[in-house]
Amino acid sequence: MSTGGLLRWAPRLTLALLVVPVAAGLLGTVIPAFSQDAKGLRALLDWPGLPRAAILSLTTGVAATALSLAVTLLLVASLWGTRAFALIQHMLAPLLSVPHAAAALGLAFLIAPSGWIVRLVSPWATGWALPPDLLILNDPYGLSLTLGLVTKEVPFLFLMALAALPQTDVTRRINVAQSLGAGRVAAFVISVFPSLYRQLRLPVYAVLAYSMTAVEMAMILGPTRPYTLSVQVVIWMADPMLTGRATASAGAILQLALVGLALGLWVGSERLARRLLVYLAEAGLRAHGLDPVARWVAVVAGALTSGALILGLAGLAVWSVAGLWQFPDVLPESLTLRTWLRAAPDLVSTGGVTLGIAALATALSLALVLACLEAEHRFALLPGSGALWVLYLPLLVPQVAFLPGLQIAALRSGAEGHWVAVSAAHMVFVLPYVFLSLAPAYRAWDSRIAVAGMALGATPSRVFWRLRLPMVLRPVLTAAAVGGAVSVGQYLPTLLIGGGRIETLTTEAVALSSGGNRRLIGAYALLQMILPAVGFALALLVPALLFRNRRGMSVAS
Amino acid sequence: MTGVLELQGLCVYHGAAQVVALDLAVAPGEVLTIMGPSGSGKSTALAAVMGTLSPAFRTEGRVILMGRDITTLPAHQRRVGLLFQDDVLFPHLSVGENLAFALPPSVKGRQARRAAIDAALDAADLSGFAARDPATLSGGQRARVALMRTLLAQPCALLLDEPFSRLDASLRAQIRSFVLSRVRNEGLPAVLVTHDAEDAVAAGGPVVSPLGQPVAL
Repeated sequence: MSTGGLLRWAPRLTLALLVVPVAAGLLGTVIPAFSQDAKGLRALLDWPGLPRAAILSLTTGVAATALSLAVTLLLVASLWGTRAFALIQHMLAPLLSVPHAAAALGLAFLIAPSGWIVRLVSPWATGWALPPDLLILNDPYGLSLTLGLVTKEVPFLFLMALAALPQTDVTRRINVAQSLGAGRVAAFVISVFPSLYRQLRLPVYAVLAYSMTAVEMAMILGPTRPYTLSVQVVIWMADPMLTGRATASAGAILQLALVGLALGLWVGSERLARRLLVYLAEAGLRAHGLDPVARWVAVVAGALTSGALILGLAGLAVWSVAGLWQFPDVLPESLTLRTWLRAAPDLVSTGGVTLGIAALATALSLALVLACLEAEHRFALLPGSGALWVLYLPLLVPQVAFLPGLQIAALRSGAEGHWVAVSAAHMVFVLPYVFLSLAPAYRAWDSRIAVAGMALGATPSRVFWRLRLPMVLRPVLTAAAVGGAVSVGQYLPTLLIGGGRIETLTTEAVALSSGGNRRLIGAYALLQMILPAVGFALALLVPALLFRNRRGMSVAS
Repeated sequence: MTGVLELQGLCVYHGAAQVVALDLAVAPGEVLTIMGPSGSGKSTALAAVMGTLSPAFRTEGRVILMGRDITTLPAHQRRVGLLFQDDVLFPHLSVGENLAFALPPSVKGRQARRAAIDAALDAADLSGFAARDPATLSGGQRARVALMRTLLAQPCALLLDEPFSRLDASLRAQIRSFVLSRVRNEGLPAVLVTHDAEDAVAAGGPVVSPLGQPVAL
């Protein structure tokens, strides 16, 4: 059984693929920070913007995480089982597939002084005939950045909550608690929340680490004087004088320490929250008055976050086809395809590179994940909780902390600047998402089918190719779409491992964002968003078409 | 090609507890019935013969089929056929493709394979059903397809894991006699697991508990 031998190694190979780049990258980041008399560290400490940049990282990250979690829980608590809940479920995948950069650019178009919101109320309400001189975007407190993060993290946490809910017996627990006299929200908080949160913890930690260290969103929406720490690290990285690199490394280490600190504080507040919950339960929390308020807040918050995202994207689309569009007109005077036609050659070549990188990273990740899951099935392996932590490792360790080190490795080995190297770096982030997306459906497959197949004389590999893979085609394609979306959205790995020579839709969109060409930004961001959307559409359509005459393969069964 | 199925001191342990102890032989065309309440180890006994026991179990003894020791062979090389409680038809394949999956590669040529499938469908009163979606078949039709699929794989022994318990009463007797008569015609040694005394009577062979004690009906 030579294939069995290889297959048996798949889980270990996969774990190594996640651990080694992160560990090596961290090491490669630490060394320059402390080499040459810790020159980098001293340069970092001399930077006057440091205290503010560090505090911004903490405040925006913690605020975005707390808000995203609160909105998600409010939505689940007050809308579970209603028609609105089903509606949200349908909107999730498209919202999730929007790359962070596109979401940030859309939001920027929406809330900028010359954006849609101001246009809608001008001049009749505001009297403004010119865009007001207000610092809404890039505000010094990072409020727009926090809002941008929330619009992207709520769909993610909501999806994770959806995956966890079936195991928490929600309906019965809420019914029992309500029959004992508790209000709906109180019933949820006391009977469902503790076991739900236990499964949400890793995703929440990932959101916290991401929000504190987001680079492209902070470049587009975040403060500029000073920048957030992560953005400043990237700026130092790009410093043509090599002195910047050591400072960048020191900044990256500080960023990592800050994330560790914030995670520690978060875990501490989890303890406090647990005590508070026990106290509330023992005090016989009823809180009937809270229910209508909570429902109202949930609906408004949900509508606000998804609305901001959707309207922002619509704004991108309109800008990309806008002719003359003067302030304060709500819509352009004319529509034209000129921007698209003029940019077409660049869009096609950049889109091609983006697609090639995403296709390779996704295909390899998918093959590895399938091999892991199949090995788990064939050899009856039981993945421990340690494996789950490793899976989350690249999502918990900030990109800005280990990618600089990885870039040095890529430079030394001569791989820097090659699209295959970029694709390999993407894999570190694509693989966890592909695994998390595919594993539940793969494990839920009826294993009697495998026994039936083997009883008919089929080898394990024939069972895999002819029975299992076709039967889980829908989740496999969905996982591939998720992986593709993750790759398309990657900014920092593309920038660093690509050495600035590999241009994807995301790096181009972010690079354009500092310039003023809204039409071109709109075109790039829209295409950046369309690629993942096409992937998700295919993941729905292909199985539906292939199995159109197979009732047993329909979604419901 | 038929022969005897021998269980030589076949014992299965779960931790310290013995759940299966069988030492017997099943002759070609004979149906041995293993009876017991649920959780008594009936299905564990079948899994031991099939080669699909989870590693949590420990096995002793040997399984001999037609003089061949299959105790350590992987499931797909044992040539032991299996019928489940449900039909377990493959939902993504048509009825004909389900049957073709079972047909050994030794049946060569598109026409020969097609003919074998049509013959199997005819024998089950399902002529012309090859292109159908299994989900559109009735319970009785599905049960018959499942049996024909198992037989097309040319097994040397047959295991029946409560294959009649999910069928409604009117269908039950009919499918049971269809299955049992096919087993006798093919001259296969068969092991039936059930908790229904009627099944055991219809099977007509010896009746034992998973621990090998004779069961009086």
